[in-house]
Amino acid sequence: MKSNSLERNQKLRTAGTYLFFIIGSIIMIFPFIWMLLTSFKTVAESMQIPPDFFPAQWIIDNFKDAMASLPFGALYKNTILLIFWRVVCAVAFSSMAGYAFAKLNFKGKNLLFSLVLVQMMLPSQIFITPQYQMLAKLGLTNTIFALVFPGLVSAFGTFFLRQAYMGIPDEISEAAYLDGCNQWQTFVKVMVPLTTSSMAALAVFTAVFAYGDLMWPLIANTDLKMMTLSSGLATLRGQFNTNFPVMMAGSLLAMIPMVVLYLFFQKQFIEGVAMTGGK
Amino acid sequence: MASLSLKNIWKRYPNGYEAVKDFNLEIEDKEFIIFVGPSGCGKSTTLRMVAGLESISDGEFKIDGQLMNDVEPKDRDIAMVFQSYALYPHMTVYDNMAFGLKIKKTPKDEIDKKVREAAKILDLEKLLDRKPRALSGGQRQRVAMGRAIVRNPKVFLMDEPLSNLDAKLRVQMRTEISKLHQRLGATIIYVTHDQTEAMTLGTRIVVMKDGVVQQIASPQTLYNEPDNLFVAGFIGSPQMNFVDAVCEVEGQDVYLKAGDYRVPLSPEKGKKLIDGGYKGKEVIMGIRPEDVSDPASTRAKNQAVVKGTVNVYELLGAEVYLYFDMCGTQMTARVNSSTTARENDVVDFVLDTDKIHVFDKETEKAIAH
Repeated sequence: MKSNSLERNQKLRTAGTYLFFIIGSIIMIFPFIWMLLTSFKTVAESMQIPPDFFPAQWIIDNFKDAMASLPFGALYKNTILLIFWRVVCAVAFSSMAGYAFAKLNFKGKNLLFSLVLVQMMLPSQIFITPQYQMLAKLGLTNTIFALVFPGLVSAFGTFFLRQAYMGIPDEISEAAYLDGCNQWQTFVKVMVPLTTSSMAALAVFTAVFAYGDLMWPLIANTDLKMMTLSSGLATLRGQFNTNFPVMMAGSLLAMIPMVVLYLFFQKQFIEGVAMTGGK
Repeated sequence: MASLSLKNIWKRYPNGYEAVKDFNLEIEDKEFIIFVGPSGCGKSTTLRMVAGLESISDGEFKIDGQLMNDVEPKDRDIAMVFQSYALYPHMTVYDNMAFGLKIKKTPKDEIDKKVREAAKILDLEKLLDRKPRALSGGQRQRVAMGRAIVRNPKVFLMDEPLSNLDAKLRVQMRTEISKLHQRLGATIIYVTHDQTEAMTLGTRIVVMKDGVVQQIASPQTLYNEPDNLFVAGFIGSPQMNFVDAVCEVEGQDVYLKAGDYRVPLSPEKGKKLIDGGYKGKEVIMGIRPEDVSDPASTRAKNQAVVKGTVNVYELLGAEVYLYFDMCGTQMTARVNSSTTARENDVVDFVLDTDKIHVFDKETEKAIAH
């Protein structure tokens, strides 16, 4: 009798857990489904109250209109270059800075690291004006460099990889010194290979952030051909009315690079999200 | 291989803490030197200064007559085996062992030959393709040794290399290290806090405490003629028994009076006490547990008998430790397992007076052995 009631309670608990997660998943995925369905609706259907869940007719004209409204080739290229350079720079510079803060002894180390932490604590928006002024004075607005510029160094990346290097026992680097390595060889041949999973996580985090970054690309590059997917899509939104089906179709097209990236680096994505706490 | 010279070596940290104080040692070629002492005594710091992983605050360190104070670790031609082994986790056993040679741009076929030779010596041939995480503690330890061997360095440094192994494996690896020393004829400095390792491996032992060298001698000398109370207590297990006593002189005879007991000393020891002006003064009497026995098993020529009640009886197989009180101090007797003494028995314990050590109570330095 007892074991039967125990089993029943356990099954109820499992069912409850499943129900909780299924509801959560539906809430999470609903906007995406809504976007997908809206992209096949007419403008009238998309604005209808009460709304219809499915379109009356599945039309693909919205995709054609989106592609005609925006230079998608340039947007894809700019977004891919933005992601590539931000990831390369963030991983390379954060790795070196993180190693220095974790394993090297130099004067002012703690003060410098405090400054890195301060940068992490301040909202990124306060840096936008000086960063834009610097770029404008250098005549570098409307360039790929302008898109990449704020992500050349990453305070979060430096902190994150410092923690990764701190987790490696000092004996490993000392063994490398005794094996004949200099500082650079120790870093490249021994320390970097030991932090690849953390670097992959940082790369994923940086890529996702760069892909979704809207404010800076909108400010730095006003020429449509130099915009990213996110800033380009924002131009579809009118001041008085917005063609939501076309916008949703454009958004679906804009998702392609991330979906492809995810398919190739699924394991790193999941690890990265778990390690960085990113979304 | 090489000879090493450490003269007046000091290690001071920025906060003023002195980890090593005026360390002096000359190490001959092919010697197996042991640094031993309790935690925080400065033995590992000294080893790290030899390796170049810690800077030397003061003094001179030379290898083959060449000053090494400011030479980078990579240029000292030293190999080190760490307590944690410090194997490169992302490399195979082969690559771990070959890494140092690759950095020196040694030709590939020569690297291969040396790695396979070392693997053969250490019985690692079947493990060369494995990563460290797929190895047991003992195998990792052997890879760490192999990594040191392939480089054929001037000096091998070993920082508590056996302390992460279980007791059985430790004994086995101790023997292997000893064999390796004989085979390679290498100069080795070995740090340990385990005095059994120190006694069994070393040609000479450096005993340290609070950054100061207490005694440098062969294992036998350290055991039989400790320079001070610390060395006498640190070397030997169970440790030497110490009892407070007063030096009494009657004519030519010298006694140590401890409580109600008078322990006669040999004329040589007595003379040292008289010459040192210890007549009537307090001293510390030391005697090793194996020199305290029950009447049935004693072989002492000159004896003193003390009566004691056995508090604890510990059977270790071939021998028995009997713990009893003498003048308020707990004493240990190491006797044959055939002893009939048991807990709460009153036993006449026999002290071998030829084996008594006497120490100055104030300076703790040895007066007579």
